[in-house]
Amino acid sequence: MLDLYSPGTSVLHRLSPGVKMLSMALGATLLFLNQSLLITAAATLGILALYPVARLPLTKAAAQLRPLLVIFALFFAVQWYFESLTLAAYVVLRLAALILLASLVTLTTRSSDMIDTMTRGLRHLKPLGVHPEKVSLAISLALRFIPVLAQITTEVREAQKVRGLERSVIAVAMPMAIRAIKIADDISDAIDSRGYRS
Amino acid sequence: MITLNNVSVSFGERVVLNSLSLTLTERRIAVIGANGSGKSTFARLLNGLALPTSGEVIVDGLNSAKKGRELRRKVGFVFQNPDNQIVMPVVEEDLAFGMKNLGFSKDDIAAKTDEILARYNMSDLREHPAHLLSGGQKQLIAISGVLVMDPAIVVMDEPTTLLDLRNKRRVARAVAALPQMVITVTHDLDLITDYDRVIVIDDGGVFADGPPAEVIAAYQELMA
Amino acid sequence: MTTKDIVYIALFAALTAALGLMPPIHFAGAALPPITAQSLGVMLAGAVLGAKRGGFALLLFIALVAVGLPLLSGGRGGFGVLLGTSGGFLLAWPFCAALIGYLIENDSAAGPVKTGVYVALGGIALMYAAGIPWMAFIGKLGLGKSLSIMVAYVPGDLVKVVLATLIARGLRRAYPNL
Repeated sequence: MLDLYSPGTSVLHRLSPGVKMLSMALGATLLFLNQSLLITAAATLGILALYPVARLPLTKAAAQLRPLLVIFALFFAVQWYFESLTLAAYVVLRLAALILLASLVTLTTRSSDMIDTMTRGLRHLKPLGVHPEKVSLAISLALRFIPVLAQITTEVREAQKVRGLERSVIAVAMPMAIRAIKIADDISDAIDSRGYRS
Repeated sequence: MITLNNVSVSFGERVVLNSLSLTLTERRIAVIGANGSGKSTFARLLNGLALPTSGEVIVDGLNSAKKGRELRRKVGFVFQNPDNQIVMPVVEEDLAFGMKNLGFSKDDIAAKTDEILARYNMSDLREHPAHLLSGGQKQLIAISGVLVMDPAIVVMDEPTTLLDLRNKRRVARAVAALPQMVITVTHDLDLITDYDRVIVIDDGGVFADGPPAEVIAAYQELMA
Repeated sequence: MTTKDIVYIALFAALTAALGLMPPIHFAGAALPPITAQSLGVMLAGAVLGAKRGGFALLLFIALVAVGLPLLSGGRGGFGVLLGTSGGFLLAWPFCAALIGYLIENDSAAGPVKTGVYVALGGIALMYAAGIPWMAFIGKLGLGKSLSIMVAYVPGDLVKVVLATLIARGLRRAYPNL
């Protein structure tokens, strides 16, 4: 399935997903602990500098921030008006740094590799009653049925269009939920009849 | 060999099958009947997806109520809608799903995947996302996912209902070439003209049972 | 957990993703993020599947978003969204679904109004209780200001509560043994 991964062979692409996720968590925590504008600005530049390292164009970095420009502007204005310009800059830069850092992980790591890392990590939770095989079945099923339900959404919206209801949430959500429940029985029968032990 | 002894199935008040007794040994058996006649339930009895309310279903000595897991291993089941049968996002993962559940080795899984994809001319679809397959490809992948588990018997519940004529024929050819015993529940009378035995289920009981020509004629009269 | 439970969890995660394809409703020009149908998935999962399965369905959904699948309305995904301004709302989704499921499971005789209140408690009260402090923290905004931003979303969320209640009650009647 289509993910937000941007194919490549850079050092960052080759780094193991676990290391990347842990570094991201550490980086995000440090960004929150730090209160200085200067350090935040330096961190933002540092993270931006990693984009060329990952052979990602800076336009890619800009694309990560674009959907948030409005909210950035809102936060900046509120902080500037009620507090200070410094705080306004700090808040927006910190947010930008967080997004850029997280996106770097997303852009350089295949979803499937991250899923593998996570399910492997779940093995350590077995004593707590977690069943990694069940989790990975649930993940696979969700990946399998997202496009199926998306297709059903399109079909239902087209059918409702004839009645002028394609924007009506209830006219779309209700039949979708019914379809989802109907196919659930078949799917679990299919899984059981193919030798799955639950 | 499949034996049904006095099998009845009811859901609450509604009796779906009423004390059926049958012995199935032929290589190609078709089950036909109107919508709601109980033929789908009949198919599901054969691999233990449905259990009799009374009576028993015995497949090669295995009682479906007691040996469900062994039975499902022996009897492969192909559903009407392959979209609900293909459970993994990518073709090769889906083919591997059943084999992994049965504990096949990695090498076995790879070899069987190669073989089945080559058999149906679908080797290029190995890493294809399942949702992008055409209807005919989906049904063949669904059938393949069952065949790689080496079932002794294959039960199909309306395998061609959702297909166009060309894909119906493709699936029919694939089914005809199987060495296994095949039991097909269907509305598609063209599919079963060369079968060994046809059983008509009507109103929860057997209405006709015998070679295709005369049974199909009786069925057409019943539906008229 | 039976095979069917796993299937329901996966399907409601997929349903939440598919609801993200409904066109969003822009209500404040470009000034605020639009209202999406996606949180309807949270309410439905809780109200239809119950606490455990509903909570896991949304946990699965959020995990898939985290690993970079573009499943949020508008094709967004990745850790960035979860750390961003609306991250608190998103991370709360599994708990919101679980709370709705828990309240409804413990009062199976509830009428439509009471069911609606339960859906609102999880789908609005808890979601805002997690999302607003997060927004305040991320933006160093203070609770008051964050709260006033979110007031704009209350009417839309109330509509979703009504829809989720109607759909869930309809489904429960059609499939009593879910």
